[in-house]
Amino acid sequence: MKPYRYERAEDISGAISALADEPEGAFLGGGTNIVDLMKLGVSTPDVLVDVRRLMSDDIEETEDGGVRIGAAVPNSDLAADPTIRTRYPALSEALLSGASGQLRNMATTGGNFLQRTRCVYFQDTTTPCNKREPGSGCSALDGYNKNHAILGSSEHCVATHPSDMAVAMAALDAFVVTHGPNGERRIPIEELHRLPGDEPERDTILEHGELITAVELPPMGFSSNSKYRKVRERASYAFALVSVAAAMDVEDGVVRDVRVALGGVAHKPWRATKVEEALRGEPVSEENFRAAAEIELSEAEPLSENAYKVPLARNVMVRTLSDLSGEGR
Amino acid sequence: MTATQAPGKSVGAPISRVEGHLKVRGAATYAYEHRLDEPAYLHPLQSTIANGRVAKIDASRAEAEPGVVAVLTHENAPKLEAVGDAELEILQNGEVGFRGQFIGAVIADTFEAARYAAGLVEIEYEERETDADFRPDRDDLYTPEQLNAGFEPDTSVGDVDGALASAAVKFDATYTTPREHNNPMEPHSSIAVWDEGELTLYESTQGVYWTQNTIAPLFGLDAEKVHVISPHVGGGFGSKGLPHANVVLAALAAMLVEGRPVKFALTRHMMFSVAGYRTPTIQRIRLGADAEGKLSAICNDVVEQTSKIKEFAEQTGTSARMMYDSSNIQTTHLLAALDVAVPSWLRAPGEAPGMFALESAMDEMAIECDLDPVEFRIMNEPEKDLESGLPFSSRGLVACLREGAERFGWDGRNPTPRSERDGRWLVGTGVASSVYPVFSMGGNAATIRADSDGKYVVEIGAADIGTGTWTTLGQIAADELGVSFEDVEMKIGDTKFPNASGAGGSSGITSWGSTLVEAARSLREKIEAEHGGNIPDEGVEASAKMPKNPHRKEYAMYAFGAHFVEARVDEDTGEVRVPRMTSVFAAGRIINAKTARSQFMGGMVMGLSAALHEESVLDTRFGHVVNHDFAEYHIPTNADVGELDISWIEEDDPYVNPMGSKGIGEIGIVGSAAAVANAVYHATGTRVRELPITPDKLIS
Repeated sequence: MKPYRYERAEDISGAISALADEPEGAFLGGGTNIVDLMKLGVSTPDVLVDVRRLMSDDIEETEDGGVRIGAAVPNSDLAADPTIRTRYPALSEALLSGASGQLRNMATTGGNFLQRTRCVYFQDTTTPCNKREPGSGCSALDGYNKNHAILGSSEHCVATHPSDMAVAMAALDAFVVTHGPNGERRIPIEELHRLPGDEPERDTILEHGELITAVELPPMGFSSNSKYRKVRERASYAFALVSVAAAMDVEDGVVRDVRVALGGVAHKPWRATKVEEALRGEPVSEENFRAAAEIELSEAEPLSENAYKVPLARNVMVRTLSDLSGEGR
Repeated sequence: MTATQAPGKSVGAPISRVEGHLKVRGAATYAYEHRLDEPAYLHPLQSTIANGRVAKIDASRAEAEPGVVAVLTHENAPKLEAVGDAELEILQNGEVGFRGQFIGAVIADTFEAARYAAGLVEIEYEERETDADFRPDRDDLYTPEQLNAGFEPDTSVGDVDGALASAAVKFDATYTTPREHNNPMEPHSSIAVWDEGELTLYESTQGVYWTQNTIAPLFGLDAEKVHVISPHVGGGFGSKGLPHANVVLAALAAMLVEGRPVKFALTRHMMFSVAGYRTPTIQRIRLGADAEGKLSAICNDVVEQTSKIKEFAEQTGTSARMMYDSSNIQTTHLLAALDVAVPSWLRAPGEAPGMFALESAMDEMAIECDLDPVEFRIMNEPEKDLESGLPFSSRGLVACLREGAERFGWDGRNPTPRSERDGRWLVGTGVASSVYPVFSMGGNAATIRADSDGKYVVEIGAADIGTGTWTTLGQIAADELGVSFEDVEMKIGDTKFPNASGAGGSSGITSWGSTLVEAARSLREKIEAEHGGNIPDEGVEASAKMPKNPHRKEYAMYAFGAHFVEARVDEDTGEVRVPRMTSVFAAGRIINAKTARSQFMGGMVMGLSAALHEESVLDTRFGHVVNHDFAEYHIPTNADVGELDISWIEEDDPYVNPMGSKGIGEIGIVGSAAAVANAVYHATGTRVRELPITPDKLIS
């Protein structure tokens, strides 16, 4: 572990300027991921600027009927919030399906989005990895890739994004609010994370020194009819093989509107827009859900060890949508 | 329960472990925690190639770091004696035999400085091609001279091929079990201190004398010059049985900083490269039976892995030799020697993987014969040990199967797969047998001192690796002395106490307990003969060695058990959950009902873990286990373990040892993975013959 400096800033702008002259510096939130990566030698920042105390840890309802979540809100608090539990149950369920109680107490809402992949080669500095060391090669492509991506990957990287929370946020049309050297901006979750392309070292579109300060959940009438279903190899404390966050507005047996996002299948939370388009205005039925899921997955490109994720993602989508529509067994 | 036991009535009682209060308060001193003056800290250098040699090591940057005391490499390492063990003879040249092998160490004033400086050492290799591909069709497989614990590699009774050819019902399938790592909660830890040519090791070990006897010759020392101290051990599961190279590295490093203690604890990552593991196995099982379901042929042909630098041959096929009645039985073992770390013991080496295959096959064969799997096993119960021809000292398998079936509610089971569902869950049940030999190890002695106040001190260099030895040995001694449990103080876990074998092969209580009984009898005779039945004011002591057990030549000795499992499989996702497990054991006399239950439970959960979770994934390109942490290498969480119904039958076996007990540390893991697999088949109709049973193998 490389020696590093620990700093605190007076306010958000101070934190941003503290990193402006530190190309190898990083923000520290809950530290549940970056500290592990520092111990592994994967992250080697010169300085950590602690931002946890600078940001809001409030969850507030907004005038338009949405919710604004301070970036410092711990995952455990967000999961337990009565408004979130009743109006955005998929988000609460996603948070509770992730990590452990101890980690959720430490992890922040803003930091959760910025978790790095758990690809075993990324986490091991003795093996090639384009994400960790651009140009060194992708060890997973022809290696242990059982847990890797089936959608949107590239020859340079087949890693998946590990967050559960971000998948629910993607399905709920959330935005992150950021402050950076170039001011403030509001980014839809769908655009926050990148596909790997030929720059797998970049997980998100955030610039160096750009800080997530809040998350906004827009009003969505049917978000109360949402859920998160995570499939994993043990009952607790494991990353998703595949997960689905979905919300559905059903009236008279017809899908008026629907949101679907997948976890564990891509370099980013995968918004299943083809499923949504296929289902809007269509009658609720398991056959329709299956057909829509298969459209989304028709572009899947499984690797040597993860072909199972295609039927798994299909089945979990069908099951989750059926449950939300009231058609589930 | 800590209530006073009546004199002579301790054995069998559910007495709470005597050191429990120390452990819950964090006051029990584990190896790394012994307080010594000015300790230095070691961080190892591990090879990043699997085959080749270190061509150049430049430690100048590391040596210049503040806090660094020394850098140990093969260029400056003290010479070790050649004992013919390439796993332990580290740093004697630059040769690398597996990835992760120790090629040096940084010793510093703090752990952090040592770890950081280790990253500054520049190492160049001459790399040779890595051969780590474990396949059954390799042309260089070979038969070892003998298997672990001295078993014959190949055995044959009768004519298996002929019996299979003429069998009315034939079965032939291949099962695989993966590489698994022991991963006790406490990683391997040492503090090594040299003082005037003598070495003291504060160790986390399953046997202080096993450590002494292995380490002393490497350093050219008489055994008594190596003092090993290990009062508390946070689990071992076999990986702390015989010392691994981490102990040697700590002792070598301590020679460079003469007089200063060197502390070294493996990280969880290192636990996946240098501390032993269970070999992967490929087992072809063939069974033949007549039309009624009576077995006529049993055959297990095993292929497994070892390391090129040191052979370890797991006795995977041995349980097929004695488990069921057949006139024709054959077992074979072939090894693939690869550029990989050295495999070793992991809880029930041999029986655990071997009985997964055999008990899965027995389930499949019962279905082929259209018989209930419990009844199929019972009708193939042997009258004697077919390998040795000896009668069993006791054999409680049928009783366990009957009792387990009753407790579990097996009767009336619909044998048809996919016949029960609960919503989206497919529900199935499965059964499997368990077995474990009654091993006994030599070289034990004990001393018991009686004081005039009626208190007794019992000394033996035994180990408590979390199993309850501190307590159970006290119970055995108290009963034989005819005093209450509270009047006996145990002293174990240190080479200053009399010689003892280690905790391995579930042999501890048989070996140590027999010795204590002998010592207690000697003491009572001495008090009677020399002191007229009264303890003199100055106290009195007696010592004894473990007596030979004449019955060992007359009887085959095994513990048995039966597991019953309910498995639920999500039809959409392939997720498997095990809401309940009933296991019944026939393991002789149970010394402590409380600690015994914990041993059985731990084994059962470890079998569940093998069934559903554990798999060390070796990347053959690099030669190392890539899922080398607890985020990626899965073991069950509490949420994965359902209701466990654990019991045992009363079994009176006067032959196994003076206590009538059989070892119980390993039998819980044996067969439990097969019971889960059999239940998954019953739930889904899908037979998974490759462990672990993960969702990808059930999804469609």
